[in-house]
Amino acid sequence: MKKPPTLGRTTARGLIKFRGDRAAQLVPQARLAGPMPWVIAIMISLTVIAAAGGLALSNVVSNARAELAGGATVQILEASPSERNRQADAAEAVLAEHPLVGSTRRVPDEELDALLEPWLGAGAGSEAVPVPALIDVRLRGDVTQQSLGTLRGLLVDAAPSARVDAQSSWLGPVFSALSSLQWLAAALVVLLGLTSAAAVWLAARSALGSNRDTIEIVHLLGGTDVQIARIFERSVGFDATLGGAFGLALGLLAILFLGQQFADLGSGMMAGGGLRWFDWVAIAAIPIIGVVIAMLTARLTVLGALRRML
Amino acid sequence: MSSSEGEGITFDNVGLRYGTEKEVLSDLSFTLHPGSFYFLTGASGAGKTSLLKLLYLAQRPSRGAIRMFGTDVITLPRKRLPSYRRRLGVVFQDFRLVQHLSAFDNVALPLRVSGVRENDLRKPVSDMLEWVGLSHRMDAQPATLSGGEQQRVAIARAVIGRPELLVADEPTGNVDPDMALKLLRLFEALNRLGTTVVVATHDVHLLKKVPSSLIMRLDKGRLSDPTGALRYPPRQNSHSTAAGEQKGGFE
Repeated sequence: MKKPPTLGRTTARGLIKFRGDRAAQLVPQARLAGPMPWVIAIMISLTVIAAAGGLALSNVVSNARAELAGGATVQILEASPSERNRQADAAEAVLAEHPLVGSTRRVPDEELDALLEPWLGAGAGSEAVPVPALIDVRLRGDVTQQSLGTLRGLLVDAAPSARVDAQSSWLGPVFSALSSLQWLAAALVVLLGLTSAAAVWLAARSALGSNRDTIEIVHLLGGTDVQIARIFERSVGFDATLGGAFGLALGLLAILFLGQQFADLGSGMMAGGGLRWFDWVAIAAIPIIGVVIAMLTARLTVLGALRRML
Repeated sequence: MSSSEGEGITFDNVGLRYGTEKEVLSDLSFTLHPGSFYFLTGASGAGKTSLLKLLYLAQRPSRGAIRMFGTDVITLPRKRLPSYRRRLGVVFQDFRLVQHLSAFDNVALPLRVSGVRENDLRKPVSDMLEWVGLSHRMDAQPATLSGGEQQRVAIARAVIGRPELLVADEPTGNVDPDMALKLLRLFEALNRLGTTVVVATHDVHLLKKVPSSLIMRLDKGRLSDPTGALRYPPRQNSHSTAAGEQKGGFE
């Protein structure tokens, strides 16, 4: 029997870490043949769509609030057309001279008729149904109760039939509904993130179970928990990167399609829902965050399981 | 890499129980002298595998003290155990090779785990596979190897890091008598270089093949040591001084 070979003196130990391809080969890789990249792709695409929806709603609300913040509406509630016109002219003249007011615009009767046409039908002019005269007022600052009070005080003599309201008060319920949708989108993003983490946790547990023998061997050969966890972390990282890229592409396609659909509506409010450059950066960051969460979940899952071994 | 005098492995009043069951090992007190060759025998269920698990640090005892290479490994923090495991070699009856890795990669595994550079491990792994007579099967996967060949790969993997203690659990259980003898010669050759060897077996014929070996006999979890040789071992083992190369390879 020959003497067993000895390790050369030059054999350096501990100089490199057990990682990379050599470590990764310990766990067979299914890649696209396995479910993990596809699960992550679906989760990421849904998260991207939900996040984009939430950001778009946020932009709609912000733009509408900014637009309406300094707006007030003066209605002249007078049945007699001549008296209504007289008070409207007087009110517009008084308001235009006040330093609080930036601009005023009397809404033309034709515009009012067009607005009412869907309800009252064509040809139903102000003669048939008394329609208030409307003056759109832009203040130099935000509309407050105090500024509304000032406006009302100005019009007491000039236009006793005037009623002054903040424009934002008309859209209060709409803003409230949009805010709820925003919270819903944020909750969806969080839930999808948690679901993704749970899916990775299950996959890591499953991989850990099906590779238990290999892990025990590496453990008994002196492999550290971190070395073993890194193998799974890397594997899940690859799957999450593949799935994340695919999910982002799917999500972007959906966003572009929906964006086009909403743009075709021609609604003034929806026009303010376009995504800004930092919104796109946030959306692009979703798969990156997804990969980080997936790798962190895999690492913590494997470390937790290994701690149960001696 | 052989352990120096006085840095053997000492069990002091060790007991092991799983859960609330009765003890599977009781009152074990012995010292494994560096460079010695031990056979661990006993009937099935006597506790051989449990004792081996304590030796290769896969299990902590329920009571008692174990000192390994001069350190109390019972109180050692878990994160420091890997460095001690790297000083051990383990051979299992069922080989426990990584099935999707080649023979070369299986043998290289301990060196890779220890952080040996890829360029530095090719020659030692090739030499080790040559030593066990498998230089022509380096790229073969375990499933394509015979039982004897798989066990030789497992032995090569266990000894590639030149362990200070080699623990083998029924290593000849799944091979024919001729192969069993050849595997035993591999253990002897490693023992001559100073590695302490513990081979668990129920094959009494094997015990006679290594005349200088010490016998540890387990009976219902207790160690019989009528001569006191295990608790107070001889200062020097004949194998540990018998260096030198013998003629003939594995073949």
